[in-house]
Parts: sequence; C-alpha cells; structure tokens
Amino acid sequence: MAEFWDGYLLPLVIIVAQILALVVVLLVAVAYLTLFERKVMAAMQLRRGPNVVGLFGLLQPLADGAKLFFKETVIPTGANRAVFLFAPMLTFILSLIAWAVIPVGEGMVISNINVGILYLFAISSLGVYGIIMSGWASNSRYPFLGALRSAAQMVSYEVSIGFVIVTVLLCVGSLNLTDIVMAQKNVWFFIPLFPMFVIFFISALAETNRHPFDLPEAEAELVAGYQTEYSSMPFALFFLGEYANMILMTGVCTVLFLGGWLPPFDIAPFNWIPGPLWFIAKVTLLLFVFVWVRATFPRYRYDQLMRLGWKVFLPFSLFWVALTAGVLVAFDWVPK
Amino acid sequence: MTVAALAFYLFAFVTIASGFMVIAARNPVHSVLFLILAFFNAAGLFVLLGAEFLAMILVIVYVGAVAVLFLFVVMMLDINFVELRQGFLQYLPIGGAIGIILLIELLLVLAGWVIEPATIAAARAPTVAGLSNTEALGNIIYTDYVYLFQAAGMVLLVAMIGAIVLTHRQREGVRKQRISEQVNRPIEDAVAIRKVEPGQGA
Repeated sequence: MAEFWDGYLLPLVIIVAQILALVVVLLVAVAYLTLFERKVMAAMQLRRGPNVVGLFGLLQPLADGAKLFFKETVIPTGANRAVFLFAPMLTFILSLIAWAVIPVGEGMVISNINVGILYLFAISSLGVYGIIMSGWASNSRYPFLGALRSAAQMVSYEVSIGFVIVTVLLCVGSLNLTDIVMAQKNVWFFIPLFPMFVIFFISALAETNRHPFDLPEAEAELVAGYQTEYSSMPFALFFLGEYANMILMTGVCTVLFLGGWLPPFDIAPFNWIPGPLWFIAKVTLLLFVFVWVRATFPRYRYDQLMRLGWKVFLPFSLFWVALTAGVLVAFDWVPK
Repeated sequence: MTVAALAFYLFAFVTIASGFMVIAARNPVHSVLFLILAFFNAAGLFVLLGAEFLAMILVIVYVGAVAVLFLFVVMMLDINFVELRQGFLQYLPIGGAIGIILLIELLLVLAGWVIEPATIAAARAPTVAGLSNTEALGNIIYTDYVYLFQAAGMVLLVAMIGAIVLTHRQREGVRKQRISEQVNRPIEDAVAIRKVEPGQGA
C-alpha cells in the first residue's frame, strides 16, 4: 500500500496540483487580459473603456463570462455536430497543454523535457485544426472562407517561426527550454539576434490571428470568420483559447529572446525580485505591444500577408540561420 | 512499469482503431481527422520508446503540415456521397480479389522474413551515455550518412521544382502590386493640382 502511494498516487497528486496552480493562474490572466486590452485600447483612443462593473471595471471579465455561460448554445441544423463542438474544445485544450513545458522560474516547470521547444512548435502547429474544423463543421460560407485563409496563413508563418527557433538553438546547443533561458545569463538573445526577435514577434501575431493579420475573422468581409456560427460556451472556449495562445506566444518569445525569468542585470535591486515576477513583467510588456499593434495598424490584404511570409520572412530568416551558423563556427563560439 | 504498459495499450489501441476508421468512415473529412488521430497516437508510441525527437518531428511534419494540406484539399472537394456508394457491389469482386492477393503476398513475405542476428544485437546496443537521442541522431545523420542525407534533400528539391513547373502557368492580365514602384513614384505623377473656376468643373 505504501509503495502504491509513494510510487503512483503521490506523484499523481503533485502533478494535478501543479497543473491546477498553472491553469487557474492562466485562466485568471486570460480573463484580465481582455480587460487589459480594452483599457489600453480605450486609453489610446482617448476613451475610458469598461468602468461600470466594479471598481475601474475590474469585475467586467467576470460579468462577460457569466453572460456567455448563461446563453443558449445554438448549433446550426446543417452543422456536423460532433466536429462543430469538438473544434472549440481542441483550440482551448491545445492552448493549455503547451504551458506544460514553459519554465516560469528556476525549476518552476511542470515537465522539463529535453525536446521542449520542439514540443511547443508541435503543439502550436496543431492550433490550426481548431479553426479549420470549425470552419468546415459550421457548413456555412463565411466560416469556411475564414478557415481556409487561416490554414494558409498559419502554415506560412510557422515556416519562419521554425527558422527563428533554429537560430536560437544554434546559439544554445540544447532543445530544453530551461537551458535556453540559462544560456542567456550574460546577454539576452534579443540583442545579438534582434532581427529574428522582430520576425518572431510578427510571426506570433500572424500565428495567433491577431491584428494586423486577423484575416480569418475579418469582420468587414467575413462577419466573424470561423466564429460566425458559434454562441455561448463554444464561443467562449474559442475566445479563451485565442487569448491563452497570445499569452503562450509572448511567453515563448520571453523564453527565447528576453531571458525568461532572469533579471536584466544580476545586481542588487534587480535580483531581489523573484524570477516568476520578471517572467510576468516581460510577458505583460509583450502583451502590451500586441494590444498597441491592434490599436495602431490597419488589416493586411491577403496577398500582402502571403508576400510578407514567403517572400520576405522566409528568405531573410534562412539567410540569418546561415549567417548565425557561419559566425558561430568562424569565431569558435559553437556551444559544447 | 504498469503505467507505461497501460499507456502503450491505449496508444496502440487508438492508433489501430482510428486507422480502421480512416477506411470505414463515410465522410472523407472524418477519414482525414481519424488519420490525424492515428498520427498523433503513433507519436505517443515513439515517446514511450524513448524516441521523443522522432515523436515531435512526426507531429510537426505530418500532423502540423502534411495533414493540414490534406484536410484543406479534402474539404474543398465536392463529393456526392450517394454517387460514391453506387456500383459498390459491382466493383466488390475485383476489389476483394486485389485485397486477397495483397494479403497473401504480405503473408508470404512475413513468413520468410528472418532478421539477421547482428542487427538485433546492434539494435540492443545502448545509445552513448550522456547523449540525448536528438544529439545521437544528429551525429549519425550529419557525420556517417551526410552524403545520403544531402542526396535525399536534393531529391526533395527536384520534386518540389517539378511540382512548381508542372502547375505554374503564366497568366495574362494579372494586376500585381509592385511596392518598390509605388514607393518610388514621384509626386508629380501621382497628384495633379488644378485650379477650377466655380461652375466650370466637369
């Protein structure tokens, strides 16, 4: 009995507790990211934003959630029910399971696997299924067009994300995310690899279907794209999944380029602050830029989007991979 | 140990079941979705074998890229399900005959298959201590088999160029955006300022 407890039950209890701790924090973060976005956009557009529900509108996300929860779930008659309901669940699940390998502090990671970055890349490349399945299962024109656009868009930008990851890996010599952060002890990678940082950030915008690349749900042309036929909780799952993906991509960007949980300088006032707080601060900064971009830029046209992905980012990131590899070999800086 | 065994049977069962559903599902889109499930569970089997690099590559390449394009094409096909089922009985004998022949051939091959003892011994050899399987794989591919690896890359490149040549056609009258031209256009060409008398503009 004791063996069973130590061997199976205790690890299970610990893992479940870790997962709950992460997911609860993440969902609260997602809820308040919506408020953050509305407040920041309002400030940029000289408005007040939500300020009625609770102090400074702080209860607004809860009110929105409760409203969605009590709405009726409408499933169109022509829809393929199983796929229609599975698609939002898939989007939501994928946005959560990727967090298993993200280190938010020294040793603070649920699963420290040694192919961590490949796992993240694999999970983020699955994200397109939620959208393409919802577009097809809705059995309606606008969602289908949105899904097709999104499939092409996400596949295109994954290619350049792949090359950005390869560049970082060349400088680290490991696929483990903790190793990637520790390799940035002296200098964060966004300084030597600044162009790749920019490419990764823009590709992350495209990958999460954010402005200015939100063509899958372009409301002026496609009503709401793949979300058109969704209501109530399925819609809420899409929404949560998208925002959790935003936080995920900014988290990955932090780990790859901004030194994860490391303080900017390893001296007195900076290293008093615990690592997770640094991580949260960096993620918040990047999320602010996400919102800033949304408030600033008009939407790309579809051919411009494809041109940027295939004719600008792909050759440039390929060139940069070769350049980084060449510099590392020439100066004998290849990590052992 | 039991957890690993349970996980193995779960992955193996789902792989086989979804593989069966790929050919049994009536809707082709469901077939592709089951195919994706099969890929995913095969990746799970790789993880259980300790080949996590192969597992991730399987998910990234097959599930993340190939199957997306597959699904893309199948969704856009306009398939008439009633027409698809027509003539099922008519083609059953010849289809069944081909299936049986293939089965017999497979059985003959498998019955006479002897694995060389040296290979088994090599497969049991543990990987070099302190190397993750990503590094071990990299060492083998990029040192021992680097020319074969390059040749495989060349074959893929030729296939890609071939596909582009076959499908690319020059179309007349396509309006293309040339951003450099737009940016370099002098203001005199783009804007004309005219003074128009009231009532004279046409």
